[in-house]
Amino acid sequence: MCLGIPGQIIQVTDTARKLGIVEIGGVRRTINLACIVDQDHAIGTCVGAWVLVHVGFAMNRIDPQEAQRTLDLLREMGDLQKEIASIEPTDTKTSEGTGEIR
Amino acid sequence: MRYVDEFRDPVTGQQLLQQITHQVRVLGRDAQHPLKIMEVCGGHTHTLFKFGIESMLPEGIEMVHGPGCPVCVLPVGCVDDAIAIATQPNVIFTTYGDTLRVPGSQKSLLQCKAEGADIRTVYSPSDALALARQSPDRDVVFFGIGFETTAPSAALTLLQAHEEGLSNFFLFSTHITIIPTLQALLDDPLLQIDGFIGPGHVTMVIGLEPYLALCETHHKPIVISGFEPLDLLQSLVMLLEQFQTGRCTVENQYKRVVQNSGNRIAQQALEKVFLPRECFEWRGLGSIPNSGLQIRPEYAHLDAEKRFLLPSRSVPDPKACQCGEVLKGAIKPWQCKVFGTACTPETPIGACMVSSEGACAAYYNYGRLATTRTLPQER
Ligand code: SF4
Repeated sequence: MCLGIPGQIIQVTDTARKLGIVEIGGVRRTINLACIVDQDHAIGTCVGAWVLVHVGFAMNRIDPQEAQRTLDLLREMGDLQKEIASIEPTDTKTSEGTGEIR
Repeated sequence: MRYVDEFRDPVTGQQLLQQITHQVRVLGRDAQHPLKIMEVCGGHTHTLFKFGIESMLPEGIEMVHGPGCPVCVLPVGCVDDAIAIATQPNVIFTTYGDTLRVPGSQKSLLQCKAEGADIRTVYSPSDALALARQSPDRDVVFFGIGFETTAPSAALTLLQAHEEGLSNFFLFSTHITIIPTLQALLDDPLLQIDGFIGPGHVTMVIGLEPYLALCETHHKPIVISGFEPLDLLQSLVMLLEQFQTGRCTVENQYKRVVQNSGNRIAQQALEKVFLPRECFEWRGLGSIPNSGLQIRPEYAHLDAEKRFLLPSRSVPDPKACQCGEVLKGAIKPWQCKVFGTACTPETPIGACMVSSEGACAAYYNYGRLATTRTLPQER
């Protein structure tokens, strides 16, 4: 019940009650959009947006740029780790006993 | 699935694990002197086990599984109250499926249902509201449980019922809040925690600001984290960086979902509908001031506590149960006397064994399998 799942808003079905269809992992469900609609984000503009769905409510929008930034950062961290691993002598490498300097 | 699969890449996961191992070594931590890091949220506990991360972390880190699974901390007295409501004539009692097997003092909601009570599992409070519209001659009660993640949906549903003038929808609120809980944990001398992985979805609602004072007074760094394996690993890297540089702040790893100010609409709904209770009793943790949410007097006509006569008794946890110590991280689940013998997911004694997000259920379902250190892959 506490696990939130990302989904994409497909259609607004009830502007007054702020309801819309959200596709979550291939399944379409009517979801309450009240938490993501305000003066700056009119309900008509939210089709296509990705949201985090909890117990039938879209609790926040997912920011695609921030998601990309996090992924970029993860990649950088990975690259850095590869660098470090290549200069750091580790037990596994010396125990291979090939005598090679890597 | 988008926003899920990208954050499960095993190769990057392995690199992050190497980095964590490196950082822990630099910090001079080992099995004898591990850094104790609490993941507050049951969703994080679930991820740690489901992807076998717990078993791949270096020995210098000990993950302490915190009290952030609302099902696990639901006290016996609340279950008894729920049963008292559900067994009234003419009531349809609706609840998330997770609460059904939580033991009360006599029985669980599931047993109560087997005995004939009209108890229905719903996915959303909106489903309960729809039932109330369809059945005007029945009283439909929704069992509101959870932290600030689920509380806004309950609040918005109640407001909707109010607007529609429904007189047969009631909310039974056992909702709880995170900050008083963390406060109580940090004040507990038993608890020895070096830092926190903060709950991403609660913070998506309340924002980062409420954590600042806690972080400052108790000098514990907090990183708010997403729920995929790479999210958790990155959060650990960020936390370890804080230790390495001697910083102590609240950081946000989960920026794609969590804004610093949280979600104002959800906050306003909470404000409008709920008031803090003076005290709320938790399973295992005892009474925590200001940690519960009750419905404001303006909405008393939709409040199940006002509509029905409830025992509201404080019932001690079962004697054999060591859930409190587990929730505070004082013992590991398998160290509980009844773990896996008298207490299993089929026959739970404590609530930590009920929810899939509970530490005991996680160990029971995944922990004992995690003997090899392999790539993070969904089991
Ligand atoms: S094994 Fe059962 S009784 Fe023991 S702490 Fe876990 S849930 Fe509680």
